[in-house]
Amino acid sequence: MCSYITEKTDIFGSAKGAGGWSNVTAAHVYFDHPFHASLDHALSIDFMSGDTTRKVAVEMSAESARALVASILAALETGEKEHA
Amino acid sequence: MSYRGMIAELVTITGNNGEKVEAYYARPSGPGPFPGVVLIHHMPGWDDWTMEAVRKLAHQGFACISHHLYHRFGPGSPDDLAAKARSAGGVYDDEVVGDVKGAMAFLRAQPGSNGKVGMIGFCSGGRHTFLASSRLDGVDAAVDCWGGNVVVDDPTQLTPQRPVAPIDLTDGLKAPLLGLFGNEDKNPSPAQVDTLEAKLKACGKQYEFHRYDGAGHAFFAAERPAYRVEQANDGWQKVYAFYRKHLA
Repeated sequence: MCSYITEKTDIFGSAKGAGGWSNVTAAHVYFDHPFHASLDHALSIDFMSGDTTRKVAVEMSAESARALVASILAALETGEKEHA
Repeated sequence: MSYRGMIAELVTITGNNGEKVEAYYARPSGPGPFPGVVLIHHMPGWDDWTMEAVRKLAHQGFACISHHLYHRFGPGSPDDLAAKARSAGGVYDDEVVGDVKGAMAFLRAQPGSNGKVGMIGFCSGGRHTFLASSRLDGVDAAVDCWGGNVVVDDPTQLTPQRPVAPIDLTDGLKAPLLGLFGNEDKNPSPAQVDTLEAKLKACGKQYEFHRYDGAGHAFFAAERPAYRVEQANDGWQKVYAFYRKHLA
């Protein structure tokens, strides 16, 4: 869509990319033309270290993204109960 | 006629404010003279498809150059720089125009140039083509391939990077314009293409629009589901014919 609309959120965690493990401090999330995935539009997440260094990038279909959101929420719910 | 022999290489041009800008340049083998084309990459960046499109035009007899609009966010790989550009809200229109001016000057300075220079752009590059063709002198033929946000229905969409809707610059357009659009596209929508066409007519501009059924956005993109072989083949033929008419 060439929209430039990007949702940005601060996060605390780590990610492993080609250069090994590193801290990540933000996630940039958008739904637009992907660079690599064979999709017209992809839900993309850039895990960032600082505001400009992209450590890990993923592009997925809208259906995949919704399934991932559900999995994350389910894992949090069951895991937090288990570790409460 | 096609030109099977070609030279393709990376060059450096002088872009906006004298910045050095990396560019991919392909031209047919031989002394020429050859018309030039500045190709503006799409929003996902200066990618492999962009290079293929440059070579495709060289194969048809054009000296084609595509500079890396996101160079100013570098150094880095084209995909990382595209992500940085997006995060920053995109490239400023003035920077786009300055870089295009530099690319045009590069083409005209080559010994094989016939002195004519066209432009073509895809997706956001279609918008950039309309923008630069309306602001710069010396564009001899412009091709807008499904440029989004040329028509801006909601003024709140204007940003510091893109402070004007290019349609409002139509008066300044001096080059003949070829527009290729998919009727299933949402940006630009068929209604926005109607609006642009009405503006071109009202301003007395020379234009040629082709609208394709069964196609949406980016239907030339052979590596994506949006690719539509018949419409893309016809569209490319329209581009070649337009340039042969106006850049000879």
